Amino acid sequence: MEAATKTQNTDTMCKNAEHLSGAEILVRSLIEEQVDSIFGYTGGAIMPVYDALYDHQDKLMHYQARHEQGATHAAQAYARISKKPGVCFTTSGPGATNVLTGLADAYLDSTPLVIITGQVASGFLGSDAFQETNMIGLSMPVTKWNFQVTKVEEIAEVMAKAFYIARSGRPGPVLIDITKDAQIATTDYKYKKCETVRSYQPMPELDMSQVEAAAALINGAKKPLLLAGQGILLSGAEKELMEFVEKTQTPVACTLLGLSCFPTDHPLYTGMLGMHGNYGPNMNTNECDVLIAVGMRFDDRVTGNTAKYAKQAKIIHIDIDRSEHNKNIKVDVPLLADAKQALRELNKLVSGTEKHEWMKSFKDYYQLEFDKVIKKQAYSDNEKINMAEVIRTVSEQTNGEAVLCSDVGQNQMATARYYGFKKPNTQITSGGLGTMGFALPAAIGAQIGDKDAKVVSISGDGGFQMTLQELAMIRQYNLPVKTIVLNNSFLGMVRQWQDLFFEQRFSCTKLDNPDFVKIVEGYGIQAKRVSKREDLDDAIKEMLESPNAYFLEVVVETESNVLPMIAPGAAVSEMRLE
Amino acid sequence: MKEYTITVFSENNIGLLNEVTIVFSRRKINIESLTVSESEVKGVSRYTIVAYMDESKVENVVLQIEKIIGVFKALYFEAEEIVHQEVALFKIANSTKLNGNLESLVRNNGAKILTVSPDFLVIERVGYKAENQELFHELEQYGVLQFARSGRVAVSTLQKDFTTYLKELAEAS
Repeated sequence: MEAATKTQNTDTMCKNAEHLSGAEILVRSLIEEQVDSIFGYTGGAIMPVYDALYDHQDKLMHYQARHEQGATHAAQAYARISKKPGVCFTTSGPGATNVLTGLADAYLDSTPLVIITGQVASGFLGSDAFQETNMIGLSMPVTKWNFQVTKVEEIAEVMAKAFYIARSGRPGPVLIDITKDAQIATTDYKYKKCETVRSYQPMPELDMSQVEAAAALINGAKKPLLLAGQGILLSGAEKELMEFVEKTQTPVACTLLGLSCFPTDHPLYTGMLGMHGNYGPNMNTNECDVLIAVGMRFDDRVTGNTAKYAKQAKIIHIDIDRSEHNKNIKVDVPLLADAKQALRELNKLVSGTEKHEWMKSFKDYYQLEFDKVIKKQAYSDNEKINMAEVIRTVSEQTNGEAVLCSDVGQNQMATARYYGFKKPNTQITSGGLGTMGFALPAAIGAQIGDKDAKVVSISGDGGFQMTLQELAMIRQYNLPVKTIVLNNSFLGMVRQWQDLFFEQRFSCTKLDNPDFVKIVEGYGIQAKRVSKREDLDDAIKEMLESPNAYFLEVVVETESNVLPMIAPGAAVSEMRLE
Repeated sequence: MKEYTITVFSENNIGLLNEVTIVFSRRKINIESLTVSESEVKGVSRYTIVAYMDESKVENVVLQIEKIIGVFKALYFEAEEIVHQEVALFKIANSTKLNGNLESLVRNNGAKILTVSPDFLVIERVGYKAENQELFHELEQYGVLQFARSGRVAVSTLQKDFTTYLKELAEAS
C-alpha cells in the first residue's frame, strides 16, 4: 500500500522536496540535526522507524540497550559529554513507560534529550489498544516539551522544534510520541531548522542595571563566596568563571553537578557544597558578605535549613530560568541570564584584591576536616578498605583527568569528595533525582560520547544491580569502560541514616549479593575482586591500564559513614564532622 | 492563604491546559474556578484561574506556569487589583408558584429572563459569585431545575494593555 501511494504521488511531487515515509523523514531529521548516536530498544510500534534506520547506519550508530531506562541514562551522559542532545528510540506501552525515570532525571538535571516513542495507530488512541499508554499525559510533568505526532506532515517540523527546545535556554528533555500510521504514511520532505518558538524565550535579554548592581556588591565585598553550579558547564563558561574569580579573588565552591567546572587544585577552590560537601564552604556560607550563585538552584541538599541560610549575606543569583529566582532562597540581585553571558559582562566591571584572612578561614576549616575526616577515610588504617581511599587512589592514578560516572548514595558522595576533578564535564552523576542504577549506563553513554576518554563507573552493590544488564552494551560495542563496584553488602547511605537517625534499626538495607565477578565474566568482561589494602593500588593500576573493559569489585568497610554531614533540618553552619 | 486571580495567555494547543493545572496539583493547590477561552487574538487562549495559596508561593507558581512552552504570559492579582464577574444561569419550572413574584425578584437582583417556554424559564445574572448564590437561594422556593455558573473572568485595574500586546504578538509571528 505504501508503494502504491508513492507511485500515485510522483506526479504531484514538489520539485525541491522528496516524497518519503514518516519513518524515513524522522531518521533524516536526525541526520540534519547532526545526530550520530542513538540509544534504544525496538518493538512493535516503532518498527517502521527501525526499518528506516537500517539504510542509514553509516551515519547513525544505534546502541542497543537491554532496558529502556539504560538507554535514557546512556543518552544523558552522552549529551553531557558531547554537548549535543541525547537521542533515544523506544516502542509504545512498556517501552515508553520505561523511559520515565530517565526523563525525570534529565528534567531535574537540565540535560537535553530527544526521546522518540512509538505509539499505536491514531485510530486506536484512547481505546486501550495493545501496548497503548498515554505517554503525553505521563511525560508531561517530566519533560520540557512533548508532542504527539499523528500526521506524517507534522514530523519534520516537530523534530526541528524538539531539538531547538531541548538544547536552547535551560536545556531539558523532550518527548515525541509518533503513531504507527504517521510513521508509515508518506509526504513531501524538506527540512527546515527551527530558530524560534513564539511562546518561548530561551535567551533572556540581559538587564544591564542588574549587572551593575551585582558588580557594585561584588566590588564592595570583603568576604565573597561564589557558588558554581552546572550552569557553568552547560553554558561553557569555565574560562569566564576563572577570569571572574581571579580578578576578584573570590573563593569558589561547587555544587554536586557543578563539580569539574573549576579545577580542584586551584588556590581559590574551596570544595563542594551541601549535605556531604566540604566543611569550609558550608560553614562560610553563613559567614560571607556577598554570595554569588551562578547556574545553580539552591537545592535543599545545598541549603540545609533555608531559614538559617546565608542570612547575613547579600545574594546575587545568576540563572537562565526566571522561575528559579526567589524559589527556595530570596535573593537581593536576581540576574536573568546565561552564566557565560552574565560573567562576561560582569568581568568588564569587577575587580578585587587578595583576601588573606578570608582565604585562611577556608584553609583552617579544611585542616580541621582533614584531621577529623579525610585522614581517617581517604588514608584509612582500619582493617577493611574505605571507599574514600578507592576514589583517592583512582584520582591519583588518573591525575584527576578521567571521566567519573557515579551512582547514588555513599559511593556518589565519596566520588564527589575525593576525586580531584581537573577538566570540565568530567563528572557525570544523577543529582536532582538521585537515580540508583545511573552510573553504569551513564559510563557507557559517556564513552560513546568521547571515544578517547578514560571513563570510570563507580557504583555501590545496590545501584549496580539495578541496571547491570547494560554490561551487554559494553560487550556488544567493545567499549573500554572501567567499572568499579564498592561493595559493602548494604544500601550504605540508607544504612548511614538508620545508624544516625533511626537507632541502628537496619531495616531492609542488608543485601545478600551474588558473585559479581562471575556475573561480569559471563558477559565476557575481565573482572577482579579485591579486599585487601595492599592489593588495591595494583588492582586499580591494572584496571586503568587495560585497553579493554574491566570490572573491579572492591570489598569495603560496611560501618563507615560519609562525613562531614549536615543533618536534615540543620543549617549549613551546623555541619558535623563526626 | 489568600485568594489570587491568575491570568494566563497561551497558545490554543492540545494538552496545554493539562500542563498549566499540573503546576497547581503538584503543590496540592486546589483550583476554585477556571475559565479558558479564546482571547481577542485567534489562536491565543486566555485563562482566568482562582486559587487560594500562600503569599510566598504565588510568584513561584506563576513563574512555573510562564515557563511552560506554549504559555506567553502569566500574572497574578489580589482581589483589589481586578474587576471580575461570573455569569449564572437558572432554569426554573414554569408553574403557578411563580405568580407575579418572579419579575420583581429578577429586576431587584439585576438579573434578566433569557427564555420562557411552557415548561420552564431561564434567568441570567452577571455578577459576583456570592450574589448569584444569594439569588439561587431565593429562587429555590420556585423550584430550580438547573443552575450553572461560568467561573470568574477578570480584567486588571492596573495600566496594562494586553490587547496591544497580543496583537503585536500575532503580527510578529
